[in-house]
Amino acid sequence: MSDLIGLALVLLGLTFFVAGSIGVLRLPDLHSRLHALTKADNLGLGLLCTGLALIDGGVLNAVKLFLVWLLVLAASAAAAHMIAQQAMRQERK
Amino acid sequence: MMATQLWQITDLLLALLALGLGWAAVSSRDLKRSVVFFIAFGLLLAIIWARLRAPDLALAEAAIGAGLSGALLLSALRDEGETAGVDDIQRGPIAALLSLLSIGLAAALAWVLVYTLGIADPVRMADEIAAQISNSGVTNPVTAVLLNFRAYDTLLELAVLLAAVLGILALGPARPAYRAAGPLLDGLIRWLVPLLVLTAGYLLWAGAHAPGGAFQAGAMLAAAAVMLRLGGHPGAGLPGPPLQRLLLTAGIAAFALVGIALMAAGHALLQYPAGWSGVLILLIETAATLAIATTLAMAYIGGRPVGWGPEAPTTKTVHNEERN
Amino acid sequence: MLFAELIYALTGIGLFVLGLRGTLLRRSLLGRILAINICGAGVFLTLIAIAYRGPGLSPDPLPHALVLTGIVVAVSATALALALGRRLRESEDE
Repeated sequence: MSDLIGLALVLLGLTFFVAGSIGVLRLPDLHSRLHALTKADNLGLGLLCTGLALIDGGVLNAVKLFLVWLLVLAASAAAAHMIAQQAMRQERK
Repeated sequence: MMATQLWQITDLLLALLALGLGWAAVSSRDLKRSVVFFIAFGLLLAIIWARLRAPDLALAEAAIGAGLSGALLLSALRDEGETAGVDDIQRGPIAALLSLLSIGLAAALAWVLVYTLGIADPVRMADEIAAQISNSGVTNPVTAVLLNFRAYDTLLELAVLLAAVLGILALGPARPAYRAAGPLLDGLIRWLVPLLVLTAGYLLWAGAHAPGGAFQAGAMLAAAAVMLRLGGHPGAGLPGPPLQRLLLTAGIAAFALVGIALMAAGHALLQYPAGWSGVLILLIETAATLAIATTLAMAYIGGRPVGWGPEAPTTKTVHNEERN
Repeated sequence: MLFAELIYALTGIGLFVLGLRGTLLRRSLLGRILAINICGAGVFLTLIAIAYRGPGLSPDPLPHALVLTGIVVAVSATALALALGRRLRESEDE
């Protein structure tokens, strides 16, 4: 049963990733693309990690997956901020 | 039956994706785009290693092949400045001939591969290694091969790393440093660098019984050094030049000292006595981790840091003097 | 011969030949270094594909060790090549 819920969560996370990728390809400018990419990918990864933790079933692996999600959250937020800041600096020139 | 089909479809998709990303990295006209495709290719390769049951390689590829290689190529792009960035593939009759020849080479190699794989009952070392692994002092077969059965190869590989870094140091001063980081990057570095050091220590220890080992741990420490350099510390967290020299040669020194001590005790070179294998392997791995980390960090710095030695006159100053 | 082995080994050969063609035909040094790295990645993929023995048996650790050292040596050779390229460019600028 938890396997099925885990699988459903993984598939839901994958649709968020696909939505983020479509956003990167279709949105007009850098800032909106960054927005779509960061938000969709982080939420997608969170759902993916939760689903994998449910499929796996162990507590230790669930904690490791949660830490992976936290690290990716921090790194992608910082990276998106720095990219947007650099883009604004170049726009002002 | 269904599971086999799914695995086959996944393998086919991964293989096609690898070919597509490789082609995009090689054939893109914009060099920045090529480098980004190369980083993505490295990450895909890490996934393929995990699928082919090579977790040590997946760790190393994600850290070194995608991370460190990508950082090196991006900083080389920054050095080139605005002049570079567009790169053509040559066209013309010679190029067409070379493309045809490469397709012929691919066909010949594929034929040889299919023929070789079709040989029944090949001789594989895997069973012999599995039989001897209880004597090796560790339970991770890759670590056993690297640091016990083929320890000599690892010693020479550390020598190759040292030769590369000596070449880099001989070629000139370090790359220009980056400005000091803003609060966001600074805060991220403050959290990530200790975490990376801790993970490196864990990988070094766990390499004996789980995927990990000296190379992966060294790559983590080098990643920490790269983060520090990007955050505005030109020394990349490394100690001063005298200690750097010591660290660069630490891996080879540990191997050589252990080998010579064993020869003095009556064994052959690097033939660990029974019961001592685990301890000796851990000792050599620790020294090798520090050496690999320092080597990769200095490779990223790209040259002699300030204070390495007397500043040699560059050819620019010599030409100016000749003109005067 | 396993399907996974065959597919990934053929992909490795394809990547090697792609990288070889790129090394010969690109004009800039950075592009060539990138292509040589793709060559190396193709060789590694072929080696590890041959080392894979299926979901039942554990894989052959000897090619794993070879490719692990290969990855580290490849990145240090890339660093040396980039340093040489930088020096060449600096001496051309004078």
